[in-house]
Amino acid sequence: MSKEISLGGFLRSQGISRRAFLGFCSTLASAMTIPSGMIEVMAKTLEQTRRPAVIWLSFQECTGCTESLLRSHAPSIESLIFDFISLDYHHTLQAASGSAAERAREETMHRHAGEYLVLVDGSVPKIRHYSTIAGVSNLDMLVETAAGAAAILAVGTCSAYGGLPKANPNPTQALSIGEIIKDKPIVNIPGCPPIPLAITGVIAYYLTMGSLPPLDHLGRPLAFFGENIHDRCYRRPFYDRGLFAESFDDEGARKGWCLYKLGCKAPETYNACAHVKWNQGTSFPIQSGHGCIGCSEPDFWDRGGIYTSTPQGRFDSELSLTLAASLGVVVGAGAAVLARRKKHRVEQELADEASAPESQTST
Amino acid sequence: MTLLDYARGPVIQAALVIMIAGIIWRLLGVLVLTRAADLSRPRDAFGNFKGYRTVFSRAWPSSEFLTATRYQTVMAYVFHLATLVVVIGIVPHIEFIQGLTGASWPGLPNGVGVACGIIALASLVALIMRRLTKPAVYCSTWGDYFAWFVVAMPLVTGLMAFAHLGPRYETLLALHILAAALFFAWFPFGKLMHAFWFVFSRAQSGIAYARKGVQI
Repeated sequence: MSKEISLGGFLRSQGISRRAFLGFCSTLASAMTIPSGMIEVMAKTLEQTRRPAVIWLSFQECTGCTESLLRSHAPSIESLIFDFISLDYHHTLQAASGSAAERAREETMHRHAGEYLVLVDGSVPKIRHYSTIAGVSNLDMLVETAAGAAAILAVGTCSAYGGLPKANPNPTQALSIGEIIKDKPIVNIPGCPPIPLAITGVIAYYLTMGSLPPLDHLGRPLAFFGENIHDRCYRRPFYDRGLFAESFDDEGARKGWCLYKLGCKAPETYNACAHVKWNQGTSFPIQSGHGCIGCSEPDFWDRGGIYTSTPQGRFDSELSLTLAASLGVVVGAGAAVLARRKKHRVEQELADEASAPESQTST
Repeated sequence: MTLLDYARGPVIQAALVIMIAGIIWRLLGVLVLTRAADLSRPRDAFGNFKGYRTVFSRAWPSSEFLTATRYQTVMAYVFHLATLVVVIGIVPHIEFIQGLTGASWPGLPNGVGVACGIIALASLVALIMRRLTKPAVYCSTWGDYFAWFVVAMPLVTGLMAFAHLGPRYETLLALHILAAALFFAWFPFGKLMHAFWFVFSRAQSGIAYARKGVQI
């Protein structure tokens, strides 16, 4: 693990020109709403940055978050920044295995105490034996590793909010990182998987500014999760005009009309998919013809079906409304019967009162 | 569970249950009641027919009352028609109804829905202004103002949600659904039940007047 090489030197060694690097800084500054005057400072700071130590913990996950970052169509500056960081521990990427791998994590924790970043993908099972690494439960490993961390980046929806493992009935009692670690700054970078630029963007911001970026109420960087996808979607004009695809193979779908009726969750999902996109800005799910599934929102697996549109109720309407109607019939009939009885009783009392004086008179 | 999940899940479900049970309860409770037989000789052989006709003929005030009631009649029509367009015309509402019933139909462009929503809200404000400025005419109770409130809130929150005014969209959408839930839950128990009662009350009045030979 070398601490001598700077990011600028590393990128130049990979054939990245200064012009391309400045272009990347401009894009990043724009995406993260950093003032344009800061671009030069950002470039200078990043260029001189030494390798930060990073421990990447993978718990209950599918490795999709790592794949998202690594399986780019072509090597990008984002992925090279990822290469640049001193990734001292990562199940998928590290060459070492067994006790040697665990030793690398412990060495980093010891040598860079208070300075290293912890990136976590995957949720943590509260029932310890459901997921262990080298005999250590995920829960214990997270608590131990987080103790000396400068900050934690919860990468992917599983680590940020529990994700798929936490879906009902949550058999492992999965927890998000924020539910376990309370005393460290945490940035949630959700998505299934998250957009690579959001991951490297937060790392670059941290390296440049020495602090974490502004976050929303769900702990996500506002620069990437500040706007909902619906507002940025290129199909939004069709929504406004009332033009919708009714099925995935109808005329509306072929013409690229809005997917709102097909369950698109873009109106309630905050992410940068619609403008940053994937694969170097090539496309994103809605552009490829499928509605957003809301993967960057907490508990998205349990928020109704993928094809249930945003305004539809999330309950069994047929059963509950039939029961309600039955209840209404019973209560209404009961009220009517009681009212009729009361009416007859009053009529009888009035009749008795009317006949009483007559009988008194006759006697 | 987020506010939106709470609103479009248990809250709207409970509100619909209360509304349906309440409507049936109140309709049955009143309609099953019998009235004492009127033993007088009817003065009009076609009294019942004329009585039923009253349901429609009273959709517009008699000429004697037209001057005094034109303002609120026109405003009420504007409000009801604009609200109807909003309720059954815009796509999110159609989606909600489809989720409940399975029925679906083509929706209107958002611009039409927003225009109708603004018209409905403006007419509702015009109506409450008249009520507030002429207390002697209306003798309002708290039930009148509460009914206005539960009708106005879905319109206000719906327009705010569309325009993204104030809080985040999903929060506004949740508030809109909560406002609609309040409307549904209150519907059977206040003056909103006129949506059903107007048919029976007009017919009953018409039959009673026709029997007595009143020109209707």
